[in-house]
Amino acid sequence: MRHVVVVGNGMVGQRFVEALTARDASGEWRVTVLGEENRPAYDRVRLSALFDGSTPADLHLGDLPSGVDLRLGTAALAVDRAAKTVTTEAGVLAYDELVLATGSRAFVPPISGADLPGVFVYRTIDDLEAMREYAAGRSVGAVLGGGLLGLEAANALRLLGLATHVVEFAPRLMPLQVDEGGGAVLKNHVEGLGLTVHTGRACASLVGTEAGVTGLTFADGGAVDAEIVVIAAGIRPRDELGLGLPLGPRGGFLVDAFCRTEDPAVWAIGECAALSLDGADGRTYGLVAPGYAMAEVVADRLVGGDAAMTTPDTSTKLKLLGVDVASFGAADGPLDVVYHDGAHGLYAKLWLSDDAKVLLGGVLVGDASAYPTLRASLGGPLPGPPLALLAGDSAATPLTLPGSAQVCSCNAVTKDAIVDAIKGGAADVPAVKACTRAGTTCGSCVPMLKQLLNECGVVQSKALCEHFDHTRQELFDIIRVRGVRTFSELITGFGRGRGCDICKPVVASILASLTNGYVLDGEQAALQDTNDHFLANIQKDGTYSVVPRIPGGEITPEKLIVIGEVARDFGLYTKITGGQRIDLFGATVEQLPQIWRRLVDAGFESGHAYGKALRTVKSCVGSTWCRYGVQDSVGLAVALELRYRGLRAPHKIKSAVSGCARECAEARGKDFGIIATETGWNLYVGGNGGFRPRHADLLVSDVSTEDLIRTIDRFLMYYIRTADRLQRTSSWLEGLDGGLDHLRDVVYHDSLGLGAELDAAMAAHVESYADEWAATLDDEERLSRFVSFVNAPGVPDPSISFETERGQRVPARSVPVLITGRPS
Amino acid sequence: MTAPVLTETVVCPLHRIEIERGVAALVGGEPVAIFRTFTGDLYALDNVDPFSGASVLSRGIVGTRGDAPTVASPLFKQAFDLRTGDCLDAPGVRVRTWRVRVRDGMVCVGTPE
Repeated sequence: MRHVVVVGNGMVGQRFVEALTARDASGEWRVTVLGEENRPAYDRVRLSALFDGSTPADLHLGDLPSGVDLRLGTAALAVDRAAKTVTTEAGVLAYDELVLATGSRAFVPPISGADLPGVFVYRTIDDLEAMREYAAGRSVGAVLGGGLLGLEAANALRLLGLATHVVEFAPRLMPLQVDEGGGAVLKNHVEGLGLTVHTGRACASLVGTEAGVTGLTFADGGAVDAEIVVIAAGIRPRDELGLGLPLGPRGGFLVDAFCRTEDPAVWAIGECAALSLDGADGRTYGLVAPGYAMAEVVADRLVGGDAAMTTPDTSTKLKLLGVDVASFGAADGPLDVVYHDGAHGLYAKLWLSDDAKVLLGGVLVGDASAYPTLRASLGGPLPGPPLALLAGDSAATPLTLPGSAQVCSCNAVTKDAIVDAIKGGAADVPAVKACTRAGTTCGSCVPMLKQLLNECGVVQSKALCEHFDHTRQELFDIIRVRGVRTFSELITGFGRGRGCDICKPVVASILASLTNGYVLDGEQAALQDTNDHFLANIQKDGTYSVVPRIPGGEITPEKLIVIGEVARDFGLYTKITGGQRIDLFGATVEQLPQIWRRLVDAGFESGHAYGKALRTVKSCVGSTWCRYGVQDSVGLAVALELRYRGLRAPHKIKSAVSGCARECAEARGKDFGIIATETGWNLYVGGNGGFRPRHADLLVSDVSTEDLIRTIDRFLMYYIRTADRLQRTSSWLEGLDGGLDHLRDVVYHDSLGLGAELDAAMAAHVESYADEWAATLDDEERLSRFVSFVNAPGVPDPSISFETERGQRVPARSVPVLITGRPS
Repeated sequence: MTAPVLTETVVCPLHRIEIERGVAALVGGEPVAIFRTFTGDLYALDNVDPFSGASVLSRGIVGTRGDAPTVASPLFKQAFDLRTGDCLDAPGVRVRTWRVRVRDGMVCVGTPE
């Protein structure tokens, strides 16, 4: 077995190990990773999310493959290339191959005062946590640097509640990414948020006392007060290990197209590498995509492959201070097209070849929706007239791109690879993501994935079924806006035929969500699936199961006894469910009202186990009993379950509340899960178990109970309004344009102004909730449908028979199944 | 040659069958599903779903596929043509149809066709 030592456990080092492990099928390589920081690799691109609700744990990139020896808090101190060893404080490690992935450090310009307390750099989680702590109670801050990192730092100070100055030496913000026109538009946006921008000015010194920084002076005279200063003036490669290897002109280990240094056993990848292609000077890249590409190249080389770097794609798209900014390709060219709408803060510029046929590069500020199409068109013909492209209304589709065009630059996935995956059966965005990795890093190409699916004809006309040409969301809007109240009205006006088992339950669910009346009244009765029709869950033998609601999983002994007695008296098979309640199986339709009469009398309500609706809010026992609990998780779970009981949705909804970070309620496996913090609650959304398990994503953190409930209200209502039929929150979220950030904008920051409407919709639900089973038992007409045979009430269905297994009644195995299998 | 014996079982008043739903009845000891469509037509099929063996077809959703009035099995959702009993999702599979009519406001089921 050969040994590769990786120096550095950042994003690129991590990607290298994953790539090598994936390729090393024969297990040739033993891997040791040295990480200087005390925490495992995290998503540095999303560092600023720490100021917007995320925790360090949310940035964690996932565990390394098993068998990898990860040594955290262990810096490489020296390398002996002749002996092929690395020295750490703990000892000496021999290597066969050495991969340097040491990354960058923040550049601190040589100005006086840079070592004062209160002066920070913006590079690691520890930097940000120290910054947050120091900022508490202070009111003015400044950032040196108006580039990408500087604007991120400025946003952080703003979110911490500080009046913020941004100082940039260049004449415009983000000088590396945008031109003058774009810089001006960007500056307007930033100033509109209340920040003070000083472009074209150099900071001469930081001033203060031993107690801390108090301000800064400019080289051209003048000064501003600042109680905290963040230096974001660029990064420098971490090449101080030296090793006696040649470096690039601006630092970084000089490497060839295989990412190999002068020493054939030493490789360098990511921000510490100065990549020299075709004899050019070595150049470093401060973006993650080129780093990932280098990681893949070295991994391939180590298993005998012949991968090599091509000129890295430095295209970027980001959202800074709420402004979309994108740049791609060259920043110059013979021809340019400019689109400038100062009133709306939009700016775009494209560079074209002298015949105007080849796209060379461009800049977008204010609206970057054209970015995926434009970036993929680089070096090729424009897929449409330039201004139409920029205005975002062109007929341009990915199919007009060449097959070799890179649709996902983060993971180097071409259009061909995506089209192949689609032809191979990937039928939706999540499947394409899983198959190709496209769209899994920054997500900016997700709209293109959708278009490609459409263009390939896999998707699926958006028609719900043969009776409606609409999606569920469109039907929802039609019903809501036109005030449609019956299925007949809807299908006469907007569909054809008389419906089917697909569209009828969808319409029933929408009507229930919007009107919240009794689901079996009038024509609505004919729309319901048998489960909703009999308010119970049909089983394989045609009997039903009964699940009373047990909010939060909390139940008194008396109620538990009632369930036991009912199960015993009706001979029902009894099982504890995963949602902390009890399922009673084997009831015939005529037994259902009798069973529920006793349950309702004992204070039980429908558990909606039969509906596409809220199921349970599971909980751990929380601070009431648990010595670790920090909040009353059971109390919150009960309150949430009672609030959302009976809420009809595109699919079932599950939830859980954990009373501390130990997460015993498994909240992150739920559609919405809540985990207690010392001072409030973290809300996670979009998780599920099932066929394709997914952990929920952090939506907001450390919020009060009131904020939490309002956010969940809006999340649920937004999901109910916009999801497809039978789409769980997980795939809804994955397919949502703009993903989690968009969702947070809508439900937490109210960016679409929908908040009041969603709040009102939920208030109406809570107000009008009534237990369906109590309502059924009170009405002879409603009860009359609970017979096996309409001409022989009281005669049970002779086809149902039972046998006994482990002391309980189960369906007889001898039930003849005439045909097995199901149509596809 | 003996003429077929025509028997009829009175099942229930017509209003007991909701529009676009079904009921089950015992006819000569056999479970039969009787459906009432939007246009007011009545159809009757075997109640036993051939895919599951469960006596459940009467509890399916009634609708249309193209011109055919249908019921979808509540277990695995295969659609059956109410006019012929043919399964529209699995060629060759069918259930029997039964004669059904309304007489004096009562639904009467005859024999299998």
